[in-house]
Amino acid sequence: MIALSDYLILGAILFSISVTGIYLNRKNVIILLMSIELMLLSVNLNFIAFSYYLNDLAGQVFVFFILTVAAAESAIGLAIIIVLFRRRHTINIEDLDSLKG
Amino acid sequence: MSNIFADIQLATPEIFVFSMACVILLLDKVTHERMPKASFLLTQLTLLVGLYLVTITVPEGGSIKAFNDMFVLDGMAVLSKQVILFLTFVVLIYSYSYITERKMYRGEYFVLILNAVLGMMVMTSASHFLTIYIGLELLSLSLYTLVAMNRDSDLATEAAMKYFVLGALASGLLLYGMSMIYGATGSLDIETIRSAIQGMESDDTMLILGLVFIIVGIGFKLGVVPFHMWIPDIYQGAPTSVVLFLGTAPKVAAFAFIMRLLVDGFQGLAENWSDMLTIIAVLSMATGNILAIIQTNLKRMLAYSTISHMGYFLLGILSANPNGYSASLFYVIVYSFTSLAAFGLIIMMSRAGFEAEEISDYKGLNKRHPWFAFLVALVMFSMAGIPPTVGFFAKLSVIQALIDVEMYWLAVVAILFAVIGAYYYLRIIKTVYFDKPERNEPITARFGMQFVLSANVFALVLIMPWIGVIMDAVSNAISAMG
Repeated sequence: MIALSDYLILGAILFSISVTGIYLNRKNVIILLMSIELMLLSVNLNFIAFSYYLNDLAGQVFVFFILTVAAAESAIGLAIIIVLFRRRHTINIEDLDSLKG
Repeated sequence: MSNIFADIQLATPEIFVFSMACVILLLDKVTHERMPKASFLLTQLTLLVGLYLVTITVPEGGSIKAFNDMFVLDGMAVLSKQVILFLTFVVLIYSYSYITERKMYRGEYFVLILNAVLGMMVMTSASHFLTIYIGLELLSLSLYTLVAMNRDSDLATEAAMKYFVLGALASGLLLYGMSMIYGATGSLDIETIRSAIQGMESDDTMLILGLVFIIVGIGFKLGVVPFHMWIPDIYQGAPTSVVLFLGTAPKVAAFAFIMRLLVDGFQGLAENWSDMLTIIAVLSMATGNILAIIQTNLKRMLAYSTISHMGYFLLGILSANPNGYSASLFYVIVYSFTSLAAFGLIIMMSRAGFEAEEISDYKGLNKRHPWFAFLVALVMFSMAGIPPTVGFFAKLSVIQALIDVEMYWLAVVAILFAVIGAYYYLRIIKTVYFDKPERNEPITARFGMQFVLSANVFALVLIMPWIGVIMDAVSNAISAMG
């Protein structure tokens, strides 16, 4: 029997990996998108674990909505990356520095 | 199972705005060559009819819930929706010439604006984590796309990328917080959560962890220090017409969002979140006002000023009583109209190929066009909170709310930073009136827009005799909350 805390720890680890990915990654914008996706999936894991242990369906329904929104979010993210690449011919994060101050 | 027709009737404005967004999307494919103005006019019509529908669906006394308690209609929801729809209506009047001159006039622009408006309307009426999340994402996703709308601009695409990454991070943090709250209370419905929290220890680890994540998520969306990094970049990089939109209506929606989540849902934890918001508010007022001083780009300066204004706006909420909430609602409405006028002026000064973003572009405006110079001065006075402008009454009401709950030190800090803030607003007035002009080409703006903008700016001063009426409307809206 897997305890609830095991799921939560796994969710927390995945969440930390994704936040670290967003902050430490200095190379590629695509990796940012992957980190964001991982973050939403770790949240989904939390919701499903709670939903199962609380015996309440609402959490699982919420997960479907998060998955759908995550798909829309990736679509918009990729579209922005394409526009960016057309303008600058690079998707290196270090080159995104014309706005500062 | 409640009556589905009664439920639908309550959500008429939302359903109408959504249907019209679909209609405009399809119709634009037919009309965009023969009648290019059709999408614009239809959008404006939608916003006005939406405003009318919101006004006639006022619930009688207190709040009504619909759709299995996912949707709530109360005084605050009605007032916020009215303000949001009206602001968007004026925003589009200001942006019309801007977007046509820069070849951004496409049907999608209006569809995205309407979708963002729909997202905000859903947010203000949400009484369930699911509706809050869907409304928020509908707003955010539309805004990311709007920022990237000017595909030929390096700055705009970079701003869109930054906005997207930080916005998605914020949603992730907010959701993680929601999952923790779900685990701690066993429900996603805000009212159930509130009663569950009242029966729990207020130092329950999971509950506090969830609350912290939710506050961080709200902080990102609101753009308060230390989660403000994206605001200056987006304000500077995005097309001015989009900044005009995202700097006004979503702030009102953010107020409703905070009211539903923190005030309604986490009433039992008011002490905890009030302390957290105090730190955020002080940092925002300090960072926003001090960093604004060194800016040379007007849009970036207004971005830092937004950060400080959001700090003031939080002062009312953190005092955690109905007086404070209505002071905050009043503040955010006044702020939206002031920043509407400020960005409207930037749009009016600009034309294709010249954005009028640098403060030096305004040198000696008084000699070129005394009327615009006067409007700039009035807007800056209102931003700084100098009487008799309405900005003064907004600051007064939040500071009053602080004094009512005996947070004297915070009131003193707020006033100190308001004085620092006055410096950079007055510097603009000095630039406009006392510097030598560097440019001398005439300012061309359509008469209709000049008229609306002048009315908007004068409203900031002439509204004074009716301030009591607005205050009453605002506090009625708050007291009618469920």
